[in-house]
Amino acid sequence: MLAEFGYGVLVVTFLVTIYSVIAAYYGARTKSTKLVESARRAMLLTFPLISVSAATLIYLLVNNHYEVSFVYEVTSRSMPTYLKITAWWGGQSGSLVFWAFLLSGFTSAVTLRKWDRDIEFLPWVIVVCGITVTFFLGLVVFYENPFTRFWQVAGGVEPSMFAPIAGAQLFTPADGRGLNPLLRHPGMVIHPPMLYLGFVSFVIPYAFAIAALITGRTDDRWIRLTRRWTLWAWLFLSFGLVLGGRWAYDVLGWGGYWGWDPVEIAAFMPWLTGTAFLHSVMIQEKRGLLKHWNMILVILTYSLVIFGTFLTRSGVLSSVHAFAESAIGPLFFIFIGVSFVAAIALLIWRWPELRGETEMKSMLSREALFLLNNLLFMGILVICFWGVIFPLISELFTGQKVTVGPPFYERATAPLFSALLFLMAIAPLSAWGHSTIQTLGRSMWKSAIAAAVVTVILFITFTQNIGALVGFTIVAFAIFITLQEFWRGARARQKTQGEGFFTALARLTSRNRRRYGGYIIHISMALMAIGILGIEIFQSETQGTLAQGEALDIAGYTVEYRELASWDNAGEGVNYTRAVVDVFKDGIYLGELNPRIDYYAEAQQNMTIPGNRSTLRDDLYVLLVDWQPVSSMGATFKIYVNPLVNWLWIGSLLFLVGILVAAWPDKDPENEPVRVTRSSRQTSAAD
Amino acid sequence: MQRSKFLLGGLLILTAVVYLIFSSTKASAEYFMTVDELNADGASAIGRSVRLSGAVIGDTIQYDADTLTLTFDVAHVTGDNNEIEAQGGLAEVLYQAVNDPTRERVKVVYIGVKPDLLRGEAQAIMTGKLGDDGVFHADELLLKCPTRYEEAVPEQAASN
Repeated sequence: MLAEFGYGVLVVTFLVTIYSVIAAYYGARTKSTKLVESARRAMLLTFPLISVSAATLIYLLVNNHYEVSFVYEVTSRSMPTYLKITAWWGGQSGSLVFWAFLLSGFTSAVTLRKWDRDIEFLPWVIVVCGITVTFFLGLVVFYENPFTRFWQVAGGVEPSMFAPIAGAQLFTPADGRGLNPLLRHPGMVIHPPMLYLGFVSFVIPYAFAIAALITGRTDDRWIRLTRRWTLWAWLFLSFGLVLGGRWAYDVLGWGGYWGWDPVEIAAFMPWLTGTAFLHSVMIQEKRGLLKHWNMILVILTYSLVIFGTFLTRSGVLSSVHAFAESAIGPLFFIFIGVSFVAAIALLIWRWPELRGETEMKSMLSREALFLLNNLLFMGILVICFWGVIFPLISELFTGQKVTVGPPFYERATAPLFSALLFLMAIAPLSAWGHSTIQTLGRSMWKSAIAAAVVTVILFITFTQNIGALVGFTIVAFAIFITLQEFWRGARARQKTQGEGFFTALARLTSRNRRRYGGYIIHISMALMAIGILGIEIFQSETQGTLAQGEALDIAGYTVEYRELASWDNAGEGVNYTRAVVDVFKDGIYLGELNPRIDYYAEAQQNMTIPGNRSTLRDDLYVLLVDWQPVSSMGATFKIYVNPLVNWLWIGSLLFLVGILVAAWPDKDPENEPVRVTRSSRQTSAAD
Repeated sequence: MQRSKFLLGGLLILTAVVYLIFSSTKASAEYFMTVDELNADGASAIGRSVRLSGAVIGDTIQYDADTLTLTFDVAHVTGDNNEIEAQGGLAEVLYQAVNDPTRERVKVVYIGVKPDLLRGEAQAIMTGKLGDDGVFHADELLLKCPTRYEEAVPEQAASN
């Protein structure tokens, strides 16, 4: 009964969404406020509808309804309830419903805003979001139905939504297969929804961009309206990426956090275009330049978001994250192709109206440096895209399938990332319109000297590796310059307003949140770069089999094997084997670590959980690899020392702070009417 | 004048990116090969960076925990997805490969942690080189076990 109900609601939602798209389209064409209002209400209806359907699915998941094939595939009796709920996005069809659910929610939220003088955008925003929701709901309704059930038929068991032959009985397996043990981790509970939130919220700026193209309101209104959406989308996407890295570090047991896996790259590519977009819209707001470029970026981001979902869902490329191959691949491909071509056609149609209002004059002006930043992001994007599709291309042209691995990405992107870091340091110093070497030099020489001093100290005390030194120099330079900017701003306020330094600093930041939030993000990026340089260049490892009381030495640490215990947790169907090792550094006892192996009997799978001792200087990451229970109680360990990697996570947290400073809703001046005139652009040019 | 300066700058970046892509592709390209192809190429395949896919034969898995040396044999499976589908899916293809003694096989050596997913009838995707000894020396080992997880097939990456 419930499954039919859930499916029925899905079908109704699908129809309502289609109605909403059609009504909005004709409403806009015939300038009928009534029709548009009807479309808006239909769109508002989709969210409660799809929520009901999702709630039904969750009910089935939580209550062990294994006659539903999706429930059978992703849950089992031994799983705790919270994992049964999150299994919603643990499988293909459920995650498609989740996508549609989020987008429907966001679209509802955006249609609820006060439209006032932007009312002409409304129908087109509904059309674009509605078509996207329709696509995902269509996939679920026709191809990947999460409510499909098992039926007992003559030849065995058949999955089908409705009884395949009259009088067929439902078949209910005693237990489900259960979520893959690797995914039973708190990080997995929030990593996919964060990425999805990021993916989905980028649809909103895209919808406004398309609305602007269609209506011909090609000023920067659409950008101002969606500025906060873009920031939140970026927040979710970035946070999702970082969480995925942290999960890999904690659970996958290979001492790393990022493997240049095609699906990681698929999530990274919209982040690249999104980040470029965040920067280049500022140029359009301040200078009225790069309008075509911003359109291209937002269109690309949307396509890459769908492409990312497609890669994880279609089985085109094999990866850690891929779900099984399925029929929906070609449909994704068609959808991406059609929407991309349509958007580009619209852009070409409006091309003449999107000309810049002025010209770029100086190579060192802020806008020129922003443009350079954009080109670098695009360069990294092209490299990533090339790496992902290279096996397909080479097979097409040479018949020989050739792939490129992590070394390709590391080698090709490292110079561009370094250049980006460098730009990040100097761009905030340059002025809009015009800058020269002299003006730039005057404001950066102190930081340059400080960075040089740091480099010399590092050279003497830490490393002689040229690549690392270059990296650390740029990082130090970027941090010093950004701190100097805070200092300069706060000092100026202190003088003119007579405030204390910290009051001045706080007020400065809260009055120019986008700018100083951005600077905080810049510092966090530099900190993350420290972590990445540390683990990439200085990671050391050792391995060995130890008898009790024996020890391994690595990078100043001594890891001594004390004991090992193995026990069953029958309720969860897991066998734990946990080793105790004592850690010493330079003869001083630091504590014990407990690397372990969890064996999931029903999945016949091991999970290797590291014992990790984390400090600002380095991580000692100990893996239990194997053990001999009978003979000598010997156990094999693999040990990594990952210098500085903690800065990656510290940077991530600071990053969150920065983006919250920049994106936190306030009175929202850009949503207040009027104001957006050429003159205000001039006065805020110093911003 | 200004315009040409910007164009020149853009061109420089473009050249740099293209150069980075091509030089890095060349330096790190790996050839996808099946066991059949590897054995057929014989000596000419030795020393070339290859990504090899095959079905793990469960009985041949040996692990020496003292030296962290893992050895096992893999049997030929086709690299063509359509063919795999036509033969009844990956799980079926792997099962056939393992139980067919006439299939081409190759011995694999991997030094490192024994991956959690390694077992008979798993699909191993290995990056490495064929040695003079006719043994495939894998630097990286990825496993896929389709038998139990049709819907969410995980792989596990391990590398030295």
